Amino acid sequence: MTPTIFAQVQQIASDLFGIPAGHVTDQSSPENVEAWDSTQHLNFVLALEEKFKFQLSPEEMEQMRNIGAVVRLVENKLQQGPQ
Amino acid sequence: MSSGAKIRDLRKEADDLIASASEQLAALRLAELWREESTAATAAFVTSRFEKLRTKIPLVSYRLAILRSFTLEPAIPFLRALAFVHGIDLNVHVGDFNAYAQEILDSNSSLYAFAPDCVILAIQTGDVAPELWNEFPKLSPESVSGTVERVSSSFEQWIRAFRERSSAALIVHSLELPGHPSLGLLDAQLSTSQSATIEEINRALRRIASQHRSIYVLDYAALVACHGYLHWHDERKWLIARMPIAADQLIHLAREWLRFLAPLTGRIAKVATVDLDNTLWGGVIGEDGMSGIKLGSEYPGAAYQALQRALLDLTRRGILLAVCSKNNPEEAQEALKNHPGMLLRPGDFVAMRINWNDKSQNLREIAAELNVGLDAVAFVDDNPFEREQVRNALPEVMVLHLPSDPLKYADAVRDYPAFQRLALSEEDRRRTDIYVAQRERSQTQRNFTSKEDFFRYLEQEAEVAPLAPETLARVAQLTQKTNQFNLTTRRFTEQQISDLIADPHYRVLSLRVRDRFGDHGLVGVAITHDQGEACEIDSFLLSCRVIGRTVESAFLSSLACAAAARGCVRLNGWFLPTKKNAPAQDFYSQHGFQVQMKNGEGSLWTFDLRQGRIPAPPWIRLRVNEGEQN
Repeated sequence: MTPTIFAQVQQIASDLFGIPAGHVTDQSSPENVEAWDSTQHLNFVLALEEKFKFQLSPEEMEQMRNIGAVVRLVENKLQQGPQ
Repeated sequence: MSSGAKIRDLRKEADDLIASASEQLAALRLAELWREESTAATAAFVTSRFEKLRTKIPLVSYRLAILRSFTLEPAIPFLRALAFVHGIDLNVHVGDFNAYAQEILDSNSSLYAFAPDCVILAIQTGDVAPELWNEFPKLSPESVSGTVERVSSSFEQWIRAFRERSSAALIVHSLELPGHPSLGLLDAQLSTSQSATIEEINRALRRIASQHRSIYVLDYAALVACHGYLHWHDERKWLIARMPIAADQLIHLAREWLRFLAPLTGRIAKVATVDLDNTLWGGVIGEDGMSGIKLGSEYPGAAYQALQRALLDLTRRGILLAVCSKNNPEEAQEALKNHPGMLLRPGDFVAMRINWNDKSQNLREIAAELNVGLDAVAFVDDNPFEREQVRNALPEVMVLHLPSDPLKYADAVRDYPAFQRLALSEEDRRRTDIYVAQRERSQTQRNFTSKEDFFRYLEQEAEVAPLAPETLARVAQLTQKTNQFNLTTRRFTEQQISDLIADPHYRVLSLRVRDRFGDHGLVGVAITHDQGEACEIDSFLLSCRVIGRTVESAFLSSLACAAAARGCVRLNGWFLPTKKNAPAQDFYSQHGFQVQMKNGEGSLWTFDLRQGRIPAPPWIRLRVNEGEQN
C-alpha cells in the first residue's frame, strides 16, 4: 500500500526537523517547530522536489506556511501531472 | 519487497538495534539504508542516528569549515551522512555568505576561532571575476590579462594569509568554465577564449597551491563536466536562494568533498583485496574454463577489463592488490598467468588466498602477512552474500558496494573515497615492487641455514644521507607512522623538521637500503642533537620492512662515527617504551650502551665514544653521503 501524501510529507518533516513523525500535524509550522528555520525551509523544498519529482516556484515556496498547506500544495502539483 | 517497505524496515531495524545497544550492527543497517536511498530526508535520519552511536563505535572526529560565495548549506546534510557512513564524525562550520576574504585575512575571525582541521574555499567564477563571466567580449587583451593577474594574486594572498594563520588543510575549488560562453561557438575559435582565460587562472591556482603545504585544488570544472553542466545548474534556485546547484546534484558535490576528507583523516585503504569469478572476469573459471570466462576488449568481457584497469591505476597510487577468492588454486593461477584478456598479472598482487576457506579468515591472514591493520583493507567482491559475511565478521574492513551491473564495477572502484591520495612519495609509486621483492626474499631465506650466509647473499647496501628537500615528506611520514622499531616515537610534521634543521645542533639523517632483490627506498630516520660533549639521539626509527636485517646496526655505527668526528665523547639515547615498540627495546644494550638512568617514561642509555666505535656488520656496504642538510 502506498503511504498517503500526508504520511510522506510527515516523514520528510520528521527527518529534517528531528521530531517524531507523530508530532508533525497539519498545524506544524515555523512558529511552533524549532528546527524549521530558513535553511531548513530550503532543505524542505529540496527534499519535496526530490521525493515528488517536481519543481516549486518562488510563489509556491511562499505558500508552505504549515504542513497542511504543504500537503495541499503537493497534492495540487501531482494532479497537474509531470512538468 | 517494495523499496519503500524495505526502507521503512531498515529504519525500524536500525532504531531497534540502537535501543538494544547493538551499535556496530546498527551502523551497518544505517549504511545499507543510505545505499538504498541517498535522499536529503534519509541523510537527516542517518545523521541523527549516527549521532547517538558517536561514543559507541570507532569514528574519526574532524572539524571542517566551508567558506563560500554562494548557498551550499543544503549539501551539508549529505556530506555529514556520507562521512558517518565512512567512519568520520564531521563537525561543519559554514562561513557567512560571501565573507570568505575577511574570514581568511582576519586572524580573529570565526573561521580561526572554530579551529578547523580542514577548510574548503568555494568561490564562483562570476563572483570573483564578474567581468570574465559576464562581459568577456567587451574586454581588451590588456584588461583580460589584468584580470587574470588580479584574481591569481588574490588567490595567492588568501592562501599565504591562511597558511600564516592556520596549519589546517585547505581545499580550494578551482573556477568553473562557462557552459555557454558569451561569444557562443566563436569562443572556441579564439586563441584567448573566455574558457582559456579562466583556465589560466586555474593553472596559476594549481601552481600557488603546490608551493605551500597542505593546499589542495578541487577541479570544479571537471566535477561539473562529469555530471553535466545542464544537470548541475538550477537557474531557478540560483535566482531564488543564491543556490546554483540543482538539488539532485548536491550529493555529487558532497561525495567529491568526502574524497578529500578520506585521505585527510587517514580513512584510507592500503590494500584492495579482490575476488576472481564474476569480479576480475565474467563467469566461473572452474566451470566455464579458460575459453569460457568473459574477459577481453569487447562486450561483455570489456566490463571486467575496465575494472582491472581501475585496479591497476590503484597500484600506481601505492595501493597494494591481493586476491581473496574461492577457487581451485591451479585453475585460478592458470587464468591469472595466461588468459590473454588479463591486464593484471600475478606480479601485480602482493598476496593471494585462493582456497575454500571463509573470506574473513583469508582477509585476516592477508592483513597479517602484509603487516597492515584490517581497517586499511578494502574488499571488492561481486557476491552480496560474501560482502555481508565480511561486514558482520570484520566490521573494520572497508566493503565496497559493487552495483549489480558489471559495467559499473570500474566506476565503483574509481569513486571510492578510501582509494584517493593527496600526495604520492616515490615509495608509494614503487610499493607493489617492494612487496613482491620482499616475498622473493623470504622464499630465498628458507634455502639458507645460517642467517649470516643469507645476509651475505643479500648484498645489502645502506646509504645514510642528511635531509634533503626531496626526502622531507617521506622522513616526516616515517616519524608519523612508524610504531614498532621506534626508540622514542616522537612525531614530526614537515614544518617541524624544517624548523629543527635550522638549528645547527640538530641533524636529521635518512637511511636508504638496497639489496640484490631491489630497492627498499627510504626506510630509516635518525635525529641527533649535539649538547656540548654529548650527542643525543632524539629519534631513531626503522620501517617494519627492514627490521631484522642488521641495517639498524650500520645506521647506528655511522651516527657514532659522525659524532666522534665532531668531537663528541658520548652518544646518548632514550628508549621510551610504548605498547608497540618492543622490537626496539634491546637495541642500545645489544650495541654496548650502558644504562645511565631510568624514570617513569623510559631509560637513558650512553656509549663512551673514547672507548671505541660501534662496528657495522661486515656484510653491509655502508655509504655515508656527507652533503649539507640545509
